Amino acid sequence: MSPNKSNLQAKLESGKFVVTAEAGPPRGARPEVMREKAKILKGCVDACNVTDNQTSVVRMCSLAACKILCDEGIDAVMQMVCRDRNRIAIQSDILGAAALGICNLLCLSGDDQIFGDHPQAKNVFDLDSIQLLKIVRQMRDESKFAGGKDVDGAPNLFLGAAANPFADPFKIQVPRLAKKVAAGAQFIQTQCVFNLERFDEFMKGVRDRGLHEKTFILAGVTPLKSAAMAEYMASKVAGIDIPSPIIERIKGVEKKKQKQEGIKIAVETIQKLREIEGIRGIHIMAIEWEEIVPEIVQQAKL
Amino acid sequence: MIVGDQKPIEEIMSYIEGYERILLAGCHGCVTVCSAGGQKEVDILASVIELARKRQGQKCTITKMTLERQCDPEFLTDLLNKVGENDVILSMACGAGVQLVAEKVGAIKVFPAINTNFIGAVQEKGIWTERCQACGDCKLALTGGICPVTRCSKSLMNGPCGGSRNGFCEIDPTIPCGWQLIIDRLEATGCMDQYETILEPADWSKSRDGGPRKYVREDLK
Repeated sequence: MSPNKSNLQAKLESGKFVVTAEAGPPRGARPEVMREKAKILKGCVDACNVTDNQTSVVRMCSLAACKILCDEGIDAVMQMVCRDRNRIAIQSDILGAAALGICNLLCLSGDDQIFGDHPQAKNVFDLDSIQLLKIVRQMRDESKFAGGKDVDGAPNLFLGAAANPFADPFKIQVPRLAKKVAAGAQFIQTQCVFNLERFDEFMKGVRDRGLHEKTFILAGVTPLKSAAMAEYMASKVAGIDIPSPIIERIKGVEKKKQKQEGIKIAVETIQKLREIEGIRGIHIMAIEWEEIVPEIVQQAKL
Repeated sequence: MIVGDQKPIEEIMSYIEGYERILLAGCHGCVTVCSAGGQKEVDILASVIELARKRQGQKCTITKMTLERQCDPEFLTDLLNKVGENDVILSMACGAGVQLVAEKVGAIKVFPAINTNFIGAVQEKGIWTERCQACGDCKLALTGGICPVTRCSKSLMNGPCGGSRNGFCEIDPTIPCGWQLIIDRLEATGCMDQYETILEPADWSKSRDGGPRKYVREDLK
């Protein structure tokens, strides 16, 4: 592997507690949208993820949006889902991303297209996230494509994957993480944490198997904008677990102060997550609310 | 079995519009078992068409027949004998049956009366569920006898995804999560250690992605 490391990898390996954020690309061709997000996030995060048509809604591609962030001096984490591309397109995009200076890749299966704005689309899923990790690791470390032919100029990528301790069945989530680590995941970004009790239990399982020493785990945090958002996420979004005391807490304050309460909850959650052994950073997913990230980072003293 | 269901009557009527002599052909195979295109459904559809035509003040003569199997030339003789007496053929067989009939009958139009949906099993009386995508490379030995290609909405070989909730799939709370089923079976059969074996990318060339498939048995030719 090339000695050039991404900022994220270098910081994690140096032992720094890192912060990453998420920037959603625009639903159009205006590059200035990404530049504005970059200006907000620059200096307060170590790297920034760019989502790949999240919730199956068509947006500017992650690769191009990452390049715009890189040009603005941000270490971009390109998210790549298996829903829309087969192994030919996936490997091709990875070479393109590496050629443009993108150094981090988060390998995901992807949301089902039924949730997006083109539910009639054919899904691909030629690969899944674990197979994707293995293929990119092989391209990078062995200079071999999935099909076995040589790569002429291996892509140097720091490889990540997601973990969702709140999905069912709970008992499979640690073994599933172990599979991702075995497939090449050097860092993990978790689903947003609201249920600290369950997350603690998950991390205990992770530590029992020593997985926290084999991969860098970043805990996900999403600031709640309103009680309505909390209720929607809790009831409608699979894999999100918001305990009722949190919903009650945000419902308990008047509407115009709910944003501030959401930020407070996020900051408190970060402080608790920081204390958990094996957590090496925080991944802030402020959905279409990137401008709040600097405030959270500052308040949480990250 | 292959599971199908009848097309909306308006769609069927639009296909046969202007044709007076209609050959309506059912099939005693899968579509009989799933009550979509057997003898009984042929009788019912014929009555519905006759009634609709009567209301429109248009004539029609329907020749009804139900073949042993429309997907085998051996059983098409009776149908071929009636082609000359008809203006159009309406087939209640699966897509394979409709196509073989169209291939053999010459210059007469053949229309489908059912939609072919999936290869499935009877879940309970009146409910069929998909079980196989005919991928050509059966993985059931590795996944507790539950097919990840078919039963997982994303066909994940190394699931479940983060959308599994209380044993059900995020896309529809009535669809069981395929990977929950796999894990339950692996556990029940004492094979949980298999879970952590990474299943490699599938060879889709054995599936439809490799082009239309053909199976040859020299010993039976």
